[in-house]
Amino acid sequence: MSTGLAQSVDVDVLVVGGGNAALCAAISARRAGASVRVIEAAPKFYRGGNTRHTRNMRCAHDSATAWLSGPYSEQEFWNDLLEVTQGKTDAELSRMMIDRSAAMLDWIQQQGVRFQPSLGGTLSLGRTNSFFLGGGRAMLNALYRTAESLGVAVEYDAEVVDLTVTDGAFTSAAVRRQDGVGHITARSLVAASGGFEANLEWLREAWGATADNFIIRGSPYNRGGLIKVLLDKGVQSIGDPRQCHAVAIDARAPKFDGGIITRLDCVVFGIVINKHAQRFHDEGEDFWPKRYAIWGRLVADQPDQIAWVLFDARSLPLFMPSLYPPISAATVADLGAKLGLDPAAVGATVTAFNRACRPGAFDPAVHDGCRTKGLAVDKTNWARPIDTAPFYAYPLRPGITFTYLGVRVDRDARMRMADGSGAANMFAAGEIMAGNVLGRGYAAGIGMTIGSVFGKIAGEEAAAHALER
Amino acid sequence: MRLSDSLIEADRLMTICNSCRYCEGLCAVFPAMEMRRVFAEGDLNLLANLCHSCGACYDACQFAPPHEFAVNVPVAMARVRRESWEAYVWPARFAGLFRRNGVAVALIAALSVAAFIAAFVAAHDPAKLFAADDGPGAFYRMMPHNAMVALFGGVFVYAVFAAAMGIRTFWRDLNQTHPLPLGAGSLWQAVRDAGSLRYLDGGGEGCADDEVEQRDSRRLFHHLTFYGFLLCFASTSVATLYHYLLGREAPYPWYDLPVLLGVAGGIGLVIGPIGLIAARRRRRADLKDLSQQGIDDAFTLMLLLTALTGLALLLLRATPAMGLLLAAHLGVVFALFLTLPYGRFVHGLYRFAALVRHAQEMRAAGA
Repeated sequence: MSTGLAQSVDVDVLVVGGGNAALCAAISARRAGASVRVIEAAPKFYRGGNTRHTRNMRCAHDSATAWLSGPYSEQEFWNDLLEVTQGKTDAELSRMMIDRSAAMLDWIQQQGVRFQPSLGGTLSLGRTNSFFLGGGRAMLNALYRTAESLGVAVEYDAEVVDLTVTDGAFTSAAVRRQDGVGHITARSLVAASGGFEANLEWLREAWGATADNFIIRGSPYNRGGLIKVLLDKGVQSIGDPRQCHAVAIDARAPKFDGGIITRLDCVVFGIVINKHAQRFHDEGEDFWPKRYAIWGRLVADQPDQIAWVLFDARSLPLFMPSLYPPISAATVADLGAKLGLDPAAVGATVTAFNRACRPGAFDPAVHDGCRTKGLAVDKTNWARPIDTAPFYAYPLRPGITFTYLGVRVDRDARMRMADGSGAANMFAAGEIMAGNVLGRGYAAGIGMTIGSVFGKIAGEEAAAHALER
Repeated sequence: MRLSDSLIEADRLMTICNSCRYCEGLCAVFPAMEMRRVFAEGDLNLLANLCHSCGACYDACQFAPPHEFAVNVPVAMARVRRESWEAYVWPARFAGLFRRNGVAVALIAALSVAAFIAAFVAAHDPAKLFAADDGPGAFYRMMPHNAMVALFGGVFVYAVFAAAMGIRTFWRDLNQTHPLPLGAGSLWQAVRDAGSLRYLDGGGEGCADDEVEQRDSRRLFHHLTFYGFLLCFASTSVATLYHYLLGREAPYPWYDLPVLLGVAGGIGLVIGPIGLIAARRRRRADLKDLSQQGIDDAFTLMLLLTALTGLALLLLRATPAMGLLLAAHLGVVFALFLTLPYGRFVHGLYRFAALVRHAQEMRAAGA
């Protein structure tokens, strides 16, 4: 697509971002009759932010389907959301989203997205979450094909650097392209450009030096530029800059975009120690899918933001393989030395743990009650002595998936201004407004629900505003 | 034993893919991969021969180039696949035929045709060679039936034997670590999967040859080619039965079964190969393994030539051109048979064996 320096464009609806939320907005606005332009900051391969790394979405449904193993009611979805956020959610918005999630399953398929039964090794999500055939990038490709066949214009390598906003009304965007800055005027704006998780300076502002040891699991292009612009222009913010979806991932992962294959599912089968060879949290608190999202923070709170999960030969076949092989040694002390830790301290921690293990019938499928007694930090399930050579370890770092700080929205995905009034023609969907639903915590697949439901609403509302004369 | 670069790359990719598994709904490769945690050479050869390189997983992959993990399973598997045919070939000293397949097949074909024409010219005086004759037994006045049977029967038996020896080695490799019982159920499953090209559908949307619009053209043209080939084979078989059981000699009238089967098959064998070659040319550069073009095109062109010379013979068999056309057709068929075990043809045999093994593994896993 040619985008000359002097080129200025006029459309009904300008969509900023190129992921699930942006494309749902673009498609629904276009289907409502508006002319639509999508501005994606990333080059074509990296289009779509973190959607590229997703694999499922959580939607309510009344009965089992070809790919879902059973019903998942609105009430159960709501209870799950309350549990993971510990009540820190905008109840009105979240309940509306959950009510509308059921219809998303049909709608998203009508846009060309295909589903499949839950993936091997995806731990109990088969009833609640709909998995995309081929994963998030395949899903995204389908949305792009549909959008482009409907006549949505898409621009890559184009980043919105400024907006003209007067009294809560947007009129134009300054867009930086490879050949300079151009302007796009539009009747409505949909902001769906993700969080700021890839903006290392901003992370450092929020977390201090700790942030230097964070690994960014997804797109390096989610730098939050548009969040900054919107907040500068008087849009009300939502969320705590430190709140985010963060998991413990393999410390050897690349700084950006390592995706799903650097995650580790073995914490429940071993012990996790910090650089002083000390344990710091109950590894067997609950099933891994219910606990994986707290371990990013737990590791972030350790000295130098590093930890190691240790386990033995018996546990190796119990979890999904990951990209990097485990570090292994014939004895616990040798393993400690290989990790660069004090071998004696590692040995002492493992010995103390082994002695504290109570007898029981080990069973990964249930809360088996195999636990330790008498330790400062007990392990309450799946605890069994680490005593069968060879011994293994993976190094852990906090891996940030996405941040929750963003813009406040209403039921119709309309941004709210700092003074409490609704913006005239600015809407938001996806990570950039996820903080409305997720004050904290996370439930698998909910990011895509937020993107699709609010994306579709934002597109419809943006088109309605643009077309009313 | 040191693994080849292609196997090392496939091993790297399968380690990545096994940690992700997003593609498991697309074809048989990924479910087969998930039943393993480490990948020996035999495992990689199995996965490679299950793969059609349709490209669906490449377009779905969040780690495809330009990502630093540079995951391109269709191309990596295409390389391992071709190397596996080379590795298992019988006799082993003919492995080089796979590497310079285009040149080798072209040479053998040209020499065969030339030899048949030369033999016909030497054996017949020009008046007979160029006489218009399409009565019963006309072909055998050019070349005695017994000579034809001996020559083609011989080369066919050789091709079957050589191909079977290769498959046998592959099969041993597959069963080395985990021998599984071979049941009729697995065989029947593989027949259905192979016969329908079940996994050449890009997970349901067609091959990813075109980035924007996915098409199923490869599957269609492959069906035309494969079933065209089978119809031609059936035509020859019926003719053989006619000859020995009914004493009826070729050529047969146009409405007779061998001709009807041969014409239908021949048309499939013209349209199919042309479509396949065109689809290959259209293929996106990032999904193309250029090192394979020779081997792919050589076999496809031989099928096309077989059909074209056969149809030409049918159309012109009452004219003075019959003698030379018969020689050309026989030469092409002879070369086709002779090169079967050393070219693209074997992909079907290895794929079938891989599908049988996959069906066995799925059964053993209770899936």
